[in-house]
Amino acid sequence: MRSSALSCKASARHPPQPWFRLGRSEPSAPAKRISRTDIPKQHESTTMKDPYACDVLVIGGGNAALCAAITAAEAGAKVTLLECAPRHYRGGNSRHTRNIRTMHRAPMHPLIEAYPEEEYYQDLLKITGGNTNEELARHVIRTSEPAIAWMRAHGVRFQPSLGGTLHLGRTNAFFLGGGKALVNCYFHAAELLGVKVLYEAEAVDLEVKNNRFTSAIVRKDGAEMRIGARAVVVAAGGFESNLEWLEDAWGPAAKNFLIRGTPYNMGKMLRVLHQRGAEAIGDPKQCHAAAIDARAPKFDGGIVSRVDCVSLGVVLNRDGLRFYDEGEDFWPKRYAIWGRLIAMQPDQIGYCIIDRKPIGRFMPPVFPGFKANTIAELAQKLGLPVDIVVKTIADYNAAVVPGQFDHTIMDNCHTRGLAPEKTHWALKIDAPPYYGYPLRPGITFTYLGVDVTPRAQIKMKSGDVAENMFAAGEIMAGNILSKGYLAGIGITIGTVFGRIAGEEAARHVKA
Amino acid sequence: MSKPDQFVLRLPADTQALMAEGARQMGICNSCRYCEGYCAVFPAMERRLEFHGTDLNYLANLCHSCGECYYACQYSPPHEFAIHIPQLLGAIRAKTYRQYAWPAPLANLFDSNGLFVAVALMAGIAAILLLATLFAGNGAALAEARPDGSFYAVIPHTAMAGVFGLVGLFVLVALLAGFMKFWRDAGENLAEFTRPFALAETLKDIATLKYLDGDSQVGCTYPGEQPSQARRWFHHLTFYGFLLCFAATLVGTLYHYGFGWQAPYGFYSLPVLLGTLGGIGLAIGPAGLWWLKVRQDPLTASPEQAGMDIAFIALLILTSLSGLALLAGRESQWMGSLLILHLGAVMALFISLPYGKFVHGIYRGAALVKYALERRRPGLDLGGD
Repeated sequence: MRSSALSCKASARHPPQPWFRLGRSEPSAPAKRISRTDIPKQHESTTMKDPYACDVLVIGGGNAALCAAITAAEAGAKVTLLECAPRHYRGGNSRHTRNIRTMHRAPMHPLIEAYPEEEYYQDLLKITGGNTNEELARHVIRTSEPAIAWMRAHGVRFQPSLGGTLHLGRTNAFFLGGGKALVNCYFHAAELLGVKVLYEAEAVDLEVKNNRFTSAIVRKDGAEMRIGARAVVVAAGGFESNLEWLEDAWGPAAKNFLIRGTPYNMGKMLRVLHQRGAEAIGDPKQCHAAAIDARAPKFDGGIVSRVDCVSLGVVLNRDGLRFYDEGEDFWPKRYAIWGRLIAMQPDQIGYCIIDRKPIGRFMPPVFPGFKANTIAELAQKLGLPVDIVVKTIADYNAAVVPGQFDHTIMDNCHTRGLAPEKTHWALKIDAPPYYGYPLRPGITFTYLGVDVTPRAQIKMKSGDVAENMFAAGEIMAGNILSKGYLAGIGITIGTVFGRIAGEEAARHVKA
Repeated sequence: MSKPDQFVLRLPADTQALMAEGARQMGICNSCRYCEGYCAVFPAMERRLEFHGTDLNYLANLCHSCGECYYACQYSPPHEFAIHIPQLLGAIRAKTYRQYAWPAPLANLFDSNGLFVAVALMAGIAAILLLATLFAGNGAALAEARPDGSFYAVIPHTAMAGVFGLVGLFVLVALLAGFMKFWRDAGENLAEFTRPFALAETLKDIATLKYLDGDSQVGCTYPGEQPSQARRWFHHLTFYGFLLCFAATLVGTLYHYGFGWQAPYGFYSLPVLLGTLGGIGLAIGPAGLWWLKVRQDPLTASPEQAGMDIAFIALLILTSLSGLALLAGRESQWMGSLLILHLGAVMALFISLPYGKFVHGIYRGAALVKYALERRRPGLDLGGD
């Protein structure tokens, strides 16, 4: 990789490099410092034992970790950040995100109209069934408003709501280029501030004595080393990439799950924190799972693995039978429950079937559908029991009550006399060619985490508060988000708590 | 360090295979759309569900290969989706230049563009030298100092205007034919091209280089991963320098035929002022673009374009520098040689306009007109995701 390969967009605080200093192999000053310290200075006795010793050690390389590292460095702390992924895949699940849900009292570019605190909080209550920590939740919501200016100041650029996401134009601020562009900015900002970034450096254990963190055991380049710090911020995500752990929680069904995000969220730090006495929060069985294309890669398929035609067609299980009302609500409000629905079907697989009519009325899927001129042929191609599928579709077609189809509203096209009924957008499936999309549950993130104080300090099982151990991001999101999901709130929690953790860690170090 | 293998996108050389790869990549890109705000490529992509050769040709000519979307892409190689839009569209764009070239056999000139430009340059200089010796009677007259700086004593105005007029006419026809091929390939009819709003929008986009400015503050990720306005500034210098030189020629022509005023004109005359300013822009701009190009991140560079880029840049610099030198030395004994060099360079520039990097301006301009037209047409209604 290029030695100057620091990524980032410019910002008010960190203006773009002047053109006369652009150079292919010219690392900026802080980057140089980083590459020097990448190689332990064996001849210096002070650095012999711990070349990376710092004030604040940040474990993780996603949005929350970066916000913490930047904030701590700006407060004057010497910061080292451990990213277990290689540089190309840095950023955890944040690299697959695209927006931040933001409270705002008036239009605030790129957000339109207003999204007041109370409405935001009510939205959160609705999806969590009231199970949230109100103090933390309201703090996150209120602090999301000034966070936008902070993000801009660190190089993040925004764009108006993407095509197909106009319903989010009021509540969610979209990053220009998406989440990878966001983490690129933050890595660059962090490096300009002198944060030491170590890639492919995996924290495997934490040394904690009397609720005090002293050092982390880190595996890098095949060797283990101890990195001491006066405070630690753990922002290492959940355990959604850990297939064994998922199986513990979900049973053998988990084998058939796909992981939409990074393969690096193995939950190692989550487990270590629990082992070292941190209070757990959240249900290990809870995870955010969407229905995604079964042909997507096992890991890292991200946004494109979505299949957005479920509400316009029917979904059959392995046995060729329907099992849920596909037209219950708009797809953006339903895709997350379909992950769970399919997880509960035999072999954890479903097949969405449409005919020619919905083509051009849903977001293009990444894999072309299986295509056939008859339902029987399609069933055969999908490996489904032909006779049952033909009968299911015939029964469905017979039950369709004609109405006025409009995929942009909750229309009056529905079925009568089916179990289950399809309550909206029910059109006969009778116009070849027919298309079939296999669906699997795709896990986005997990909810199990550690309990924290409003200052992001980790709470211990003993009832004490760890003074120099902080948590931010997905690893503590369970405090606010016990179940369900509000688009963009993960980044909100990560940004707000990342900044709190960074500030508090730096304050602790300076005290 | 050299380009690490795992990050390199291997694009097929065969056109059909390249188009299939294009359809594959754009299909994946179209179901993500995170880069929508960067430039015109993505909104244009979103109006489509399938990507045929004609769609890809159009999108390729909207793309500047600045690299923003590459750095932002979570699916870039070595990810198995292997998405690299700047290199993909760069390769397709290079193919379109050949496809639209007129007359068709001359499309081969794109293949070793540097060699072609070098030969054109030598031929241009030789032709002008021949012209000069024919009229000046003997070689010695070429090295005479002329206090009045009269280059028509070296080559008479009629000969100069006649030769450049003929070549210019051919170039104009070739460029127009290329444009027509592009426009037809894009599935548009000529009447649409003259819609005033679309032309106005396009001219504004070109005049400001809208799609090289990132979000109007920081510029694009070119030549490296940090955004910068450098390419935009240098391109502005090149573009406006070119226009000023062109304006100088027009004013000179007007002086000659309209008012009967013979060149050479004074240092503070309009044609010389325009030409001098333009020449300075046309020296600094291309030099800057060259400088950026050698610094370009190899991960975003389009190898298919490199040769023609440098050939065009080098010719522009030679043209402007020889023109400025001619102005400075027009009363010395070097005038004859400088004139031959300059006119030879201009001749080579003219000849290579339809068969070199210059055509990017024609096709990108036309693509922007199509983009402006498309935006006013009803699009797909895909509902929400």
